[in-house]
Amino acid sequence: MKLKAFKAAFPHTIPVMCGYAFLGMAFGIYMNASGFSFWYPLFMSILVFGGSIQFVAVEMLVSPFAPVSCFIMALLIQARHIFYGLSMLDRFKNLGWKKYYIIFGMTDETFSINYSVDVPEGVDKGWFMFFVTLLDHFYWIAASTLGGIIGSLLTIDTDGISFVMTAMFVVIFIDQWLKEKNHASAFIGLGASVVCLVIFGPNGFMIPTMISIIAILALSRRKLEKAELTEAAEEAKEDTQLTDKKAAAEVTPEKKKNEALEAVNATPENNFKEQEAQG
Amino acid sequence: MTVTQHIITIALLVVVTVLTRFLPFWVFSENRETPGFIIYIGKFLPAAVFSMLIVYCLRNVDFIGGNHGLPEIICILITAVLHLWKRQTLLSIGVGTISYMILIQLIR
Repeated sequence: MKLKAFKAAFPHTIPVMCGYAFLGMAFGIYMNASGFSFWYPLFMSILVFGGSIQFVAVEMLVSPFAPVSCFIMALLIQARHIFYGLSMLDRFKNLGWKKYYIIFGMTDETFSINYSVDVPEGVDKGWFMFFVTLLDHFYWIAASTLGGIIGSLLTIDTDGISFVMTAMFVVIFIDQWLKEKNHASAFIGLGASVVCLVIFGPNGFMIPTMISIIAILALSRRKLEKAELTEAAEEAKEDTQLTDKKAAAEVTPEKKKNEALEAVNATPENNFKEQEAQG
Repeated sequence: MTVTQHIITIALLVVVTVLTRFLPFWVFSENRETPGFIIYIGKFLPAAVFSMLIVYCLRNVDFIGGNHGLPEIICILITAVLHLWKRQTLLSIGVGTISYMILIQLIR
């Protein structure tokens, strides 16, 4: 049963293996260039198992000790995981102990596989998701540790490797930007951080920034949700026109996987309604 | 930071990560309605957080003196244009980072 689940899970994790090999190595080399031995990436990858947060952690570790600021920042970066969990409430039922590890290892990537893949008939769902998580976790640990080790052996100048974090966030930002219709939140984040940076300086601007972002978002809730409803209504109109064409076209698993992540990030509650309707 | 402070910081990150991943399973059940504010924040926070993180990465760049942050600006543009063109995450990050490394090592 386990072997069968492993064999079914492995092919789905190959794209993640490539991505983690690259990002994990970059993370390990970056840690090494910042003066940390490979034990740091090794243990962080085992215990944290998160991309963005581990990159930001390097900056935290080379800065003066600031637990409160680190805690709030981590909370904001990781907050999106709450919504991954919400969409998995049903799927993770009755999995026994495996459930705890699968939830622990729910990164953006493991989530997108476990959320979207239809587990083949005759394969145990719990073991399938367990092995997806385990394999992804293994790739991440191996790549970041390897990066930490070869970082010290590299003869090339690693000066500037820290830009990998900037580039990663630029790419995530663009992906986020392209899939949302309303860019108000992106502008709120940008505006709040630039204003706070100018006022408080590079060492003390993060807490004021995070507080302002939450406050502005809370205050503009009615406005943003209203704008979204109007857009959703327009989209629904377009959708009904497209339904016939869409039904005819076959949905490939790859496409479905991409759509799953987008759907959850873009409109969690619509998604739940859909699931409820299906279930 | 001392090693103990490193360990405390990393432990905090572990706690927060575990908390955000497990919270829905502890707090919300399928039968209970998720609070509207949580859904709203979840939908609108990520864009703000990622733009904040870009500013965070650039917080020590001197845009007035020095080289006016030109290496950063140029390489962000390279990353962004490449990503809008090819939509290959790893390619965009890789080329952007290597361009930056070459650029700052050349003008040093």
